[in-house]
Amino acid sequence: AWSMSASAVFVLDLKGKVLICRNYKGDVDMSEIDHFFTLLVQQEEEGLLCPVMSHGNVHFLWIKHSNLYLVATTNKNSNASLVYAFLYKLVEVFTEYFKELEEESIQDNFVVVYELLDELMDFGFPQTTDSKILQEYITQQGNKLEVAKTKVPTTVTNAVSWRSEGIRYKKNEVFIDVIESINVLVNANGSVMSSDIVGSIKLKTMLSGMPELRLGLNDRMLFALTGRDKGKAVTMEDVKFHQCVRLSRFESDRTISFIPPDGESELMSYRINTHVKPLIWIESVIEKFSHSRVEIMVKAKGQFKKQSVANNVEIRVPVPSDADSPKFKTSTGHAKYVPEKNLVVWSIKSFPGGKEFLMRAHFGLPSVENHEMEGRPPITVKFEIPYFTVSGIQVRYMKIIEKSGYQALPWVRYITQSGGERRFA
Amino acid sequence: IQSSSYFLKAELNNEKKEKKKEAVKKVIAAMTVGKDVSSLFPDVVNCMQTDNLELKKLVYLYLMNYAKSQPDMAIMAVNSFVKDCEDPNPLIRALAVRTMGCIRVDKITEYLCEPLRKCLKDEDPYVRKTAAVCVAKLHDINAQMVEDQGFLDSLRDLIADSNPMNINKLLTALNECTEWGQIFILDCLSNYNPKDEREAQSICERVTPRLSHANSAVVLSAVKVLMKFLELLPKDSDYYNTLLKKLSPPLVTLLSGEPEVQYVALRNINLIVQKRPEILKQEIKVFFVKYNDPIYVKLEKLDIMIRLASHANIAQVLAELKEYATEVDVDFVRKAVRAIGRCAIKVEQSAERCVSTLLDLIQTKVNYVVQEAIVVIRDIFRKYPNKYESIIATLCENLDSLDEPDARAAMIWIVGEYAERIDNADELLESFLEGFHDESTQVQLTLLTAIVKLFLKKPSETQELVQQVLSLATQDSDNPDLRDRGYIYWRLLSTDPVTAKEVVLSEKPLISEETDLIEPTLLDELICHIGSLASVYHKPPSAFVEGSHGIHRKHLPIQHGSIDTGESPVSAGPAASIDQPQVIPSQGDLLGDLLNLDLGPPVNVPQGSSMQIGAVDLLGGGLDSLVRQSVKQRWYSGDLFLWFVKVWLPAVKAKGLEISGTFSRRQGHMYMDMTFTNKALQHMTDFAIQFNKNSFGVIPTTPLPVHTPLMPSQSIDISLPLNTIGPVMKMDPLNNLQVAVKNNIDVFYFSTLIPLNVFFVEDGKMERQVFLATWKDIPNENELQYQIKECHLNAVSGKLQNNNIYTIAKRNVEGQDMLYQSLKLTNGIWILAELRIQPGNPNYTLSLKCRAPEVSQYVYQMYDAILKS
Repeated sequence: AWSMSASAVFVLDLKGKVLICRNYKGDVDMSEIDHFFTLLVQQEEEGLLCPVMSHGNVHFLWIKHSNLYLVATTNKNSNASLVYAFLYKLVEVFTEYFKELEEESIQDNFVVVYELLDELMDFGFPQTTDSKILQEYITQQGNKLEVAKTKVPTTVTNAVSWRSEGIRYKKNEVFIDVIESINVLVNANGSVMSSDIVGSIKLKTMLSGMPELRLGLNDRMLFALTGRDKGKAVTMEDVKFHQCVRLSRFESDRTISFIPPDGESELMSYRINTHVKPLIWIESVIEKFSHSRVEIMVKAKGQFKKQSVANNVEIRVPVPSDADSPKFKTSTGHAKYVPEKNLVVWSIKSFPGGKEFLMRAHFGLPSVENHEMEGRPPITVKFEIPYFTVSGIQVRYMKIIEKSGYQALPWVRYITQSGGERRFA
Repeated sequence: IQSSSYFLKAELNNEKKEKKKEAVKKVIAAMTVGKDVSSLFPDVVNCMQTDNLELKKLVYLYLMNYAKSQPDMAIMAVNSFVKDCEDPNPLIRALAVRTMGCIRVDKITEYLCEPLRKCLKDEDPYVRKTAAVCVAKLHDINAQMVEDQGFLDSLRDLIADSNPMNINKLLTALNECTEWGQIFILDCLSNYNPKDEREAQSICERVTPRLSHANSAVVLSAVKVLMKFLELLPKDSDYYNTLLKKLSPPLVTLLSGEPEVQYVALRNINLIVQKRPEILKQEIKVFFVKYNDPIYVKLEKLDIMIRLASHANIAQVLAELKEYATEVDVDFVRKAVRAIGRCAIKVEQSAERCVSTLLDLIQTKVNYVVQEAIVVIRDIFRKYPNKYESIIATLCENLDSLDEPDARAAMIWIVGEYAERIDNADELLESFLEGFHDESTQVQLTLLTAIVKLFLKKPSETQELVQQVLSLATQDSDNPDLRDRGYIYWRLLSTDPVTAKEVVLSEKPLISEETDLIEPTLLDELICHIGSLASVYHKPPSAFVEGSHGIHRKHLPIQHGSIDTGESPVSAGPAASIDQPQVIPSQGDLLGDLLNLDLGPPVNVPQGSSMQIGAVDLLGGGLDSLVRQSVKQRWYSGDLFLWFVKVWLPAVKAKGLEISGTFSRRQGHMYMDMTFTNKALQHMTDFAIQFNKNSFGVIPTTPLPVHTPLMPSQSIDISLPLNTIGPVMKMDPLNNLQVAVKNNIDVFYFSTLIPLNVFFVEDGKMERQVFLATWKDIPNENELQYQIKECHLNAVSGKLQNNNIYTIAKRNVEGQDMLYQSLKLTNGIWILAELRIQPGNPNYTLSLKCRAPEVSQYVYQMYDAILKS
């Protein structure tokens, strides 16, 4: 018996109306979808929303994207993780086709959506889901490429299913972005509750032919992964690779070798579980005088090298929902009140390491108090620091070999960004 | 609509291609928004003959939607389909064969075979791939047709291999196929049962790299294969420990995925943590709740946190839980408060800190926090008697704010239990009495008991109160449970106050540390289904609609050489592949069945008299204890095949009661030989046993012969005679027996497999002539063949005969010994066997014929076990 996935896939609008659907297996009545929205509303009211819902024998696995619900139905013991991975793949493919995936783009492109649904999955088996390859034979203007469309790209059935043959560039280049995103959670006492670094190596490949690439990282990163070197402070906990990377090769000798997809892709991601202090340290005093006012004082300090600069810093400070008449004073940057989110956003274009800045805010409070319980969201910090990684990861080399023997240039960039450093007040 | 369809009709029949296409587009647009455009069927089908791919796709789409409702008209399209399957454009060929497979109309299916056959041999790999999926579709519609037409062979040709389950091929393909293909291969691998630990390890080594795949479903399917095969690896090997370490990081990484992916991961991690807590025990921090996690992720994380809580991390866990308890989401806050209580019960060293945390929370006066806290404090009191009663005064201050039945009942229980230490206990309880009839049953019952306790402790001051509650319960109440309990107390108090005291104020059994544990056999099954919906819901896979192949119940494999083969039908090689579509009772039914049974205390038979009950006295004396002793030493007694004693119910699952046992057949009678061991700190009495309905109607002949209390650390050997006159229900596996055992503490459930030889009856020898006639009479498809490997024996017949497998004839054909044998089961089913032995070859071939072929694999297992014993 084969493992099972979706019987049918539906795209619904926010009111639960079916915009488009595709029946793959015919073992679940298509009208069952009518129960989906009722269940959803019911669960929402009870505060028990869950990504899997069932009605009788039928199970709904769903995700929400902008103003759409993408729902898969099944009555079998399906592989749930496959179904979610597939639904997110649908979002990815549709987004690459239509730029934005939303109600209108589905309605405006229903013919292509049908074609894609037909091509992405057959009888519950996901097929080619690489939008680069799909775009070679499913185009938005069918009539325009009539001739080209009489051929199936061999990629669809090749072992290398993510790259087509015959790609040409005048100038062969690869751009490598190493992006690290730090997540630090600090509690009200100022101690770090949890911290982790999620890194990602992204490629923009502009190479002709079928090039063989090999990526070399500084050794200690990858050896740490195998547990051979525990001495250093930074160890990679886990690595994930794009399907183009030969996993068994990596397992046996730590070589990252692959034939890259054309254009942009995420080659690998990694997770580092290490104690890092927040790069921008926040201290805050929030004083609430009932029935009259709230006084907020926030101090931010750059705890990174003096030579580095954090760009586009945004410090989001929550305020009570009934606050009004804001007044601000900042030692740098500017502060703005966003009432629909109950936030003050303090933006600083560039924040040098070692520096310290202050922001004061004053809000009025109504004399009749809001009795509803409010959550106490944390202060969130966002920023980007170029030319710098917390982990110390480095790209040592990128070997590019293609049978035509061209010379190609790899370019490397490093960025550290905040995945939302948070501090509870 | 009428008029618009009129215009559409005209446009569809327009000569111009562009107009036609626009018209079909409009039809599809109308169909998409739910309008019925089926009346245009003939006009749309007319547009099918076109070389415009886009137009063709639209027409096909229309056909897929409406063919079912208009089967007769759909036939009109068949010719075009067949023609399109031969189109020079491979995209059109693939499209045609794909769409034909989606039209589930019998008349179309008939015409599908020929084009499908051609497409399977197409020169274009894309067409071949599409055709292969179409075989699966056809199989779903009409499996017989797929077999008859030889499509399975065509598929085999496609993969250029006569053996589709070639494991090596699959493992190699892992490196060569798409991410989705990898998931299917891994799921397929998880159904395979490696021959030995070496093969298991080599598969694990080749699956492990998949843990680094970016697709979360590939990762989870790889985890499934590894979790299953881990069972086969020796626990002390380096590889086993390396593998355990490798599993943790990818599981943690799944938690940085999309929220739905996190949810699936968390539900599965919940299973993994119960099965192998060591994998994630260092990782508790990753389950700390994030401020912006969706509620379903928060609740799951909390559950896993408590499962991983230990002395080593309790301080961190408590700090977190205290934070959560002050959040806004009511359900989450309640669960957090409950979690603090569970920590106190689980980690003794933390109990004090937990209690003071709970007190802090009570001080917040947030109504639902206070109520939840009081409920868990009651459990803490039960776990640690005489330790934290000093806080009772604080609890009593909150009496007025309690409006939920659970909390009120908890508070009343506490007041009653500690009445002697609460000066105004009588006033407190009396205050509840005022609105007695408005209370829920739970509160009424608790209040009744609490006041009786109070009376037994302080009789002089509370006589009036107890009379009041007894009359409320017995005379003014419509609730039979309440009335009955009231009368019982009344009788007890009026006839024998000393006994009443012993009964009502008796020492309470310990409460268990772990709660909400999944029943172990279900847990093992769910581990085999990691990533699937069953493992997300924590429901048995049998609760889902069956596929066309029926459900194979999966078991974790069992390491060879350590435990018998009878436990695991999958480890038995060829037998594993037999299909067994059958109805399996869901977990809910089972519990329902067991709970509805009357598990009253055993009939009090004086010790001596039980020995006179028919079957029982046959055992009295030597043979019984002799046999049992040999079982305990894990030996075989002569040629009689006996099974290893196994722990059926571990003490941790049964509040201190451990049951180990085995089954045997002696002198024509069946027995369940068990050892009950009391590992709790209190004595155990009132034992009773009950079986759920099972395939062979097995029930105990007598009540459990345990008549004296089982003292702590004492054990008792019991030989329970069985017969097969009970109710029958087909189980999966067939020899599964679900058992409920009750004692004074609780009711416990376990399930075990009865080795089939217990059912082999003594008069299983068939007459020669009857044998020949029956062998011919049973259809050939019922004949199943098995290999018994590595068997070195001389006295085959004798050994089998001791186990009621009778040799009827022996022939020598071309140097091979052919033994013809028969056996009969208690339910009258005959099994006929042909055992082929080649001199010098340790591998025997066994052919079994039976009118109920589903028993064959179990019979084979017995042959295998007996011959190798």
